[in-house]
Amino acid sequence: MSTRTLEMSLSTPGLDAQGQPSRVPLGVRLPEHRADQDDMGSEHMLINIGPQHPATHGVLRLVVELDGETVVRVVPHIGYLHSGFEKLGEYRHYNQIVPLTDRTDYLSPMANNVCLALAAEKLMGIETTERCTVLRVVACEISRIISHLVWLGTTGIDLGAFTPFLWLFYQRERLYNLQESWTGARLTTSMARIGGLMADIPEGFEAGLRDFCRTFPKTLNETDSMFTRNAIWCGRTQGVGVISGPDAINYSLSGPMLRASGVDYDVRKDRPYLGYDSYDFDVPIGEHGDIYDRYRVRLEEMYQSVRILEQALDRLEKLKGAPINVADPRVILPPKSRAMSDMEAMIYHFKQVMEGVKAPVGEAYLGVENPKGELGYYFVSDGTAKPVRWRIRPPSFINLACLPKLCEGVLLSDVIAINASIDIVMGEIDR
Amino acid sequence: MGLTLPEGGAGTEVSAMSPNWVTTRLDSLSNWARSNSLWSMPFGTACCAIEFMASAASRFDIARFGMERMSFSPRQADVLICAGRLPFKLAPVIRKIWDQMPQPKWSISMGACASSGGIFDTYTMVQGIDTIIPVDVYVPGCPPRPEGLIYGIRLLQKKIQGESFLDADLRQEHLLGPDGLFLPARKIDEVSEPFGNSVHQTRSA
Amino acid sequence: MAASPSVAALQARFADAILRHEVSCGDTIVYVTPARVHEILAWLRDDAGQLFDYLTDITAVEYRDMERPLEVVWQLRSLSRKADLRLKVELDTAAPLVIDSVFDLWKGADWLEREVFDMFGVSFTGHPDLRRILMWETYSEGFPLRKDFPLRGHFSRAEQTRQALNANPEANYSLEELSIAEAYSELPADMKERLNQGERGGVK
Repeated sequence: MSTRTLEMSLSTPGLDAQGQPSRVPLGVRLPEHRADQDDMGSEHMLINIGPQHPATHGVLRLVVELDGETVVRVVPHIGYLHSGFEKLGEYRHYNQIVPLTDRTDYLSPMANNVCLALAAEKLMGIETTERCTVLRVVACEISRIISHLVWLGTTGIDLGAFTPFLWLFYQRERLYNLQESWTGARLTTSMARIGGLMADIPEGFEAGLRDFCRTFPKTLNETDSMFTRNAIWCGRTQGVGVISGPDAINYSLSGPMLRASGVDYDVRKDRPYLGYDSYDFDVPIGEHGDIYDRYRVRLEEMYQSVRILEQALDRLEKLKGAPINVADPRVILPPKSRAMSDMEAMIYHFKQVMEGVKAPVGEAYLGVENPKGELGYYFVSDGTAKPVRWRIRPPSFINLACLPKLCEGVLLSDVIAINASIDIVMGEIDR
Repeated sequence: MGLTLPEGGAGTEVSAMSPNWVTTRLDSLSNWARSNSLWSMPFGTACCAIEFMASAASRFDIARFGMERMSFSPRQADVLICAGRLPFKLAPVIRKIWDQMPQPKWSISMGACASSGGIFDTYTMVQGIDTIIPVDVYVPGCPPRPEGLIYGIRLLQKKIQGESFLDADLRQEHLLGPDGLFLPARKIDEVSEPFGNSVHQTRSA
Repeated sequence: MAASPSVAALQARFADAILRHEVSCGDTIVYVTPARVHEILAWLRDDAGQLFDYLTDITAVEYRDMERPLEVVWQLRSLSRKADLRLKVELDTAAPLVIDSVFDLWKGADWLEREVFDMFGVSFTGHPDLRRILMWETYSEGFPLRKDFPLRGHFSRAEQTRQALNANPEANYSLEELSIAEAYSELPADMKERLNQGERGGVK
């Protein structure tokens, strides 16, 4: 057996002449600070959290400067999951970008698919059928619920509560079953197409979803009773990580982060899409801008999503048998039987598969209310089938940028709680 | 150390002892213990990490297979499960974590991106973590279903059960070579070549 | 589709600085001169008739046609008036790509501008901490979202892997962070040397 020698570098910056670890004198606000005048009491400590760490919700690296247990500064480092999505999108047809969107915000894949289809349809000037619109609303609200369930479960774990994670993930499994029966995949659904959807909902989907809507609020009530008046939860989340409304607007926050600070901006209400202005639902607005308000906002959003789902299901009943794809053969593939037998259909099929659907010259930005905030897709087209530029406006990226501000003067354990409350997903941040 | 194989190829080093009833019993005892108590180091990066979490949750429950405790410290882990895509920025991190894990250790590459780069044949993505660390089991899928991951874990358990402590090169630590690479450069380029249509996915490039 | 009323207000206020405008898919896009973009954006944020208090996005676009300039795009929103506007400047790719930062107007511009710098190489004057954000700081292959940058990068896979594995994942501070803290001069020489190599260490 050979021996193994491995040199492991120290994580402290270096050793000085006495063999003591030398500290990097940091702290802009402190007076002149010299390394040789140190005594332990006045030194600041550097802690590196991540990029591999259970509580960073993905591969995020936080470099924290600590004065004892109090945080002086937090510097987030991202890019550990940068995959080149936007570059890759320039090499793909619009329909081929749909699978890429699953993998950016992988906690709410169907909502991203829908946003992409909407943005491309805005660019191409296509309007979808009514049944397709209602089904997309169903997809978006299911995604909202599954994303918030992950958030609540993992935030509970970060703050020490393990059980609700299991309850909420079980509810996610029920929705995953529905997603799987509809699209064939639990997570990477790719369910939207330009001008329509990949497939209509199968038999039993509506019954399953109705059953879910009937029983899911009970789990939410149980989780509510676990957290909302829990002394530990309140102690750790109330008054922590506060950001005011005007600051939140200036930092371009969106979604529950913004609404918990009292700003009434929900894309579904302010710039409605998919007919959201015809649904009856409320948007919870917080008041203090702390972690507790974000929790209350997201919890209430799940109840409201159930409300929207029930209304959508009622509409679907009236639209039984209606088409889900627009009747435009330049955009929607003709059924295979016709493509094999009819010349014109075969040519349309050939053109779409080989050349892709061409978008007119122009550009379009479309924002939707994703569970994490305002997700926007910005397409610039030069008349070909592949976009010149596909920009993803990532809500978590912009929300995470205010982490240093939120963490001024808090304790180290609060950093974990605040990071959890922003609800980030690194796939979207790093793209 | 690097990748140096014994003269006759891998697995040809014969130890002083030849297998007998005692060694096989000892092997089977230690392999039984190791395979049924694998503590994973979940190196979860992207979507596969979510399916990994779903495997750990109550419906699929990998605790049934001994993976009771996710060990987030590599010092206490047995198997590194790389769940998700690995960009180059994260490559030194996974190498360091792998080096920090004590023997006996195994690794599972979960998902298409960890196994081969997946759909990301781009400037940022490592085309398979086996160019950085040795991999025991590859679990295909994008993401693999929890059943798929469990099958991969079971395969690893079978692999462990086939091990023997008489194998001299079994617990060898595969360190980076003198050029700072795990695999030879030519090999990395060979396995990372764009195959088929990974850049343009239609003929109308 | 009619252009947003902000266009007329901008033309009245800034005359020649407003080059042209167009409407694409219902969105209004205004092209302005690079020299006055900060002033224009500040006016759009603060003027009582405009009130574009929300910066939705900052990004850049480079076209496949090499003759066309590189555009930097600001997507604005007025929360109270429920209105959107898109502002663009055109930068000549033959000249250095520099534009004013709007960090002093919107704090949200911080990371957005860093990303445009990282992906396109556009420098933002007045940004407090302009360094790469998605790629590592000493990334030497170029600016990924430029059209002359190939999808798989310039270097071979082996070279990219070698550079990746030679990095020091424990580098705690970048040069810029330390220079912000004005602590760089107090560091020991060997540490300065290590930090000069940035987060990725030297390429051996």
